[in-house]
Amino acid sequence: MRRETIHAWLLLLPALVLLLAFTHWPAIATLIDSFYATPHGSRSPPFAGLDNYVGLTQDPVFWQALRNNAWYAVATIPTSIVLALLMALAVNEALPGRAILRMAYFLPTMLPMIAVANIWMFFYTPDYGLFDRIMAVFGGGRHNWLGDASTALPAMIAVAVWKEAGFFMIFYLAALQTMPTDLREAASLEGSSRWNYFQRVTLPLLMPTTLFVSVNAVINAFRVIDHIVVMTRGGPDNATTLLLYYIYEAGFRFWDTATAATATVVLLTIMALAAVLQFGVIGKRVHYR
Amino acid sequence: MIVADQRPIGRGLETLGAWLLGLIWLLPLLYAAWTAFHPAIYATHFSPLAPLTLANFETAWQAAPFSRYLLNTVILVTLILAVQFVLCTLAAFAFARLTFRGRDLLFAVVLLQLMVMPDVLLVENYRTVVQFHLADTIVAIALPYLGSAFGIFLLRQTFLTIPQPLDDAARLEGCGLLARLWRVYVPLARPTYIAYGLVSVSYHWNNFLWPLIITNSVTTRPLTVGLAVFATTDQGIDWSIVTAATLMTSAPLLVAFLLFQRQFVQSFMRAGIR
Amino acid sequence: MIRRRTVLAAGVSVMAAPAILRAQDAQKLTFYYPIAVGGPLQTIMDSYCKAFQQESGIAVEPVYAGDYSQTLIKALAAIKAGTGPQFAVLLAAEMHSLQDQDILVSLDEIGLDADGKKWIAGFYPAFMANSHADGKTWSIPFQRSTAIFYYNKAAFQDSDLAAEKFPTTWVELAKVAEKLTKRDASGRVTRWGIKMAGDLGNAQWTFGALANQAEQKLMNQAGTEVYFNQPKTIDAMAFWRGLTTEHHASPEGVSNWGDLTPDFLQGNAAIIQFTTGGLPNFRAKATFPFGVAGLAGKDSPHTVVGGGNLYFFKNAAPAERAAALRFARWISAPERAADWSIKTGYIATSPAAYDTQALKEYIAKYPDANVARTFLPVATGELSVHENQRVYKVLTDNIQACLNGNKTPAKAMSDTQSEADRILKPYKKA
Repeated sequence: MRRETIHAWLLLLPALVLLLAFTHWPAIATLIDSFYATPHGSRSPPFAGLDNYVGLTQDPVFWQALRNNAWYAVATIPTSIVLALLMALAVNEALPGRAILRMAYFLPTMLPMIAVANIWMFFYTPDYGLFDRIMAVFGGGRHNWLGDASTALPAMIAVAVWKEAGFFMIFYLAALQTMPTDLREAASLEGSSRWNYFQRVTLPLLMPTTLFVSVNAVINAFRVIDHIVVMTRGGPDNATTLLLYYIYEAGFRFWDTATAATATVVLLTIMALAAVLQFGVIGKRVHYR
Repeated sequence: MIVADQRPIGRGLETLGAWLLGLIWLLPLLYAAWTAFHPAIYATHFSPLAPLTLANFETAWQAAPFSRYLLNTVILVTLILAVQFVLCTLAAFAFARLTFRGRDLLFAVVLLQLMVMPDVLLVENYRTVVQFHLADTIVAIALPYLGSAFGIFLLRQTFLTIPQPLDDAARLEGCGLLARLWRVYVPLARPTYIAYGLVSVSYHWNNFLWPLIITNSVTTRPLTVGLAVFATTDQGIDWSIVTAATLMTSAPLLVAFLLFQRQFVQSFMRAGIR
Repeated sequence: MIRRRTVLAAGVSVMAAPAILRAQDAQKLTFYYPIAVGGPLQTIMDSYCKAFQQESGIAVEPVYAGDYSQTLIKALAAIKAGTGPQFAVLLAAEMHSLQDQDILVSLDEIGLDADGKKWIAGFYPAFMANSHADGKTWSIPFQRSTAIFYYNKAAFQDSDLAAEKFPTTWVELAKVAEKLTKRDASGRVTRWGIKMAGDLGNAQWTFGALANQAEQKLMNQAGTEVYFNQPKTIDAMAFWRGLTTEHHASPEGVSNWGDLTPDFLQGNAAIIQFTTGGLPNFRAKATFPFGVAGLAGKDSPHTVVGGGNLYFFKNAAPAERAAALRFARWISAPERAADWSIKTGYIATSPAAYDTQALKEYIAKYPDANVARTFLPVATGELSVHENQRVYKVLTDNIQACLNGNKTPAKAMSDTQSEADRILKPYKKA
């Protein structure tokens, strides 16, 4: 028994050390740092207690970042999940050209977000970008999608959904393809409508996948800011500043590491809460076979 | 598949809807391709007889050291994959087949990484890397991801499904711990390795924010950062060149995907199945 | 197991070694350099460095890091990580912030003999405006520009405007821009009269010019005070906003710097406020006759200088610092400054450069290239204060809010003032 323990620890050590060093330890270090002021030069930073947190609450840009991220999450998560489900259902049917469809839906996932950002930036260019041109065909006016504070965030949401829906589709597809077909046959024999079948059988059976997908979607809603960095740099007037972008600017543009650490703690708390909520709410409704 | 009450109109609408969505989904990429393959004047004018050209790609290729960026990226993903395979296999085996005190608690701690990704802990990780004098190296880009909870999780899942009798047989033959791992578990987990490999490669090929922060020079920059640096100019954006560069940097992964579509899709599916 | 791990470790270190090792001797320098534009600038810089190496035996490796703000982030990150460059081209206006980071070394400290002092005195005074503090010199000009107008002569013609008589006052400019704005039958704009950039990193430059045109200084020399909440500053903002709301010659919302070039080349904007550094690009790509004109002003033309200076960093060893200074002197020599100006469109940094044969011939051939220089006397320095990037952000946020119609010019400016005051408070004691 003891030998087994030693062996186990030896096997675990490399992975564990790296894991702890770059995930768990930094999380704790960030928490500790949030209680100290930003170091200037080589002097060690003075203890600041809750000053950083108070300072954070007094920063309107921080609240804007929170608001933006909330809207962003609320918009991207359900949209991409629903679209992913629809796509998976479509590709699962024997529709003509479904291999091409599957490719079309999944392609955005293979592109780096940077590439996606560049392409969409071109799209959104006022006057001769693709969007404006399409709008012109339908008689709409020109629009400064990225430069207008009221359309910038929706524009970013569109980019995120475009990139993510195909990725989630794959998981739904996997689940759909492992669903027993006899249920479907039985249901149709009983004269149950497709919608009924979908609602009562398919959807509940897809709950584990929905849980998995939504967890990923929540993480991505807070983690992915590549498009913000390239397309809008948080503007106009902080309309597209998300929480991680706020942290990135504080940490690497202003070198204000105390604010960055404090905001990171807030971000970690939000993500932890989201996880608990998801596993609690959706997890309870998951039917395992 | 029985579609008892499916009227042709309904089905036709469905197909149309799916196709429309597919077209919308492809549109951005098609537009970018149009701009990249045509001279600058046709960038925003759609005359169907416009001449095709590769000049944009040439200009873009020479404008920045993309070949070096490509090399860096290949080294990076290979390094990450190799180390992840080794580390995660060892750890997953320990969690799956060995008993020791605190095992389940430790596994839960490991799984925490699934919620708290290293990407979010930019500032601290940056500091750690700097302290070890590893800043601006390819190793530094890889470090936070080498201990992958996702990999450990997947492999443990797979190892748990390998029948005990096989393991016992190997043990009876006198195989030690590592030999059993190497002879029995690893070969049987091949599909999972392939699946995880493809997911890992795509993720790290496309990773941007952390490499952006931790690299400064051309010799370490991966393609994504190279593209971002390239596309921001003081002299204004030339869309033909930028789209060409964008397609160029996405090309390797795109081509691989188009050729091995099935495997890619299967991999991602397998990675997500509980 | 041990075998495998050592192999792994060895393999990792072999792959990482080239990227880990940094040349420590004074014969190899790295310098960071913004403007990640394509072909021309990169190859030119490479050829300069090669030529310098042939002459002096010192190898200089130029590292391209993106635009000005990316280069700043990268340089600071690298220096803080201990792998930094020995010198870099950074925004001239960034001086106070860089000093706060305690990473600069003054040219005086590196060593300036009588010759060296003469060399420094040889630069255009306007370009040295952001280089002095505490009686020492901290940077020298390298790629400097002023903001100028590029205008579409063909557009002028078809709007019945005299292309040769470019407006010099705000009132005239607004009128001309209004006339140049074309709309189609449905009222949709097909060509804007004038476009100016308001995105982060460029808004403060655009605004700096406008404020100077209203004859208002935005900051004091020490970089500890700002004057946004002045009637003249508010005037400048009101003029910018008015181009959209009153004259309908400029689009709603914020225009991106990067979009200005394709906008101009596509004929989507008849006048753009842009950098002199864009001239070769436009000359190569424009399919219509275009002109270069100085900016206007409330009563008379004023403009703002911009661009990058060469800064030298503390983390370099004394031998490296001297080598870097030597490179700086070499590359700013009149012939090379002239060459750089011709190839990039930036203004050559010393009057001596304009006496060289090459520049004389070039200007004779392209009088456009001389326009920016003639406005140097009425140019002011770019906004330069402590915590520069922070103040830039505050200013930009408020400008963007105003351009979106969410704040009046007065509110935008007073908000900027109060926030900037708060940021600069710790620095006022000095």
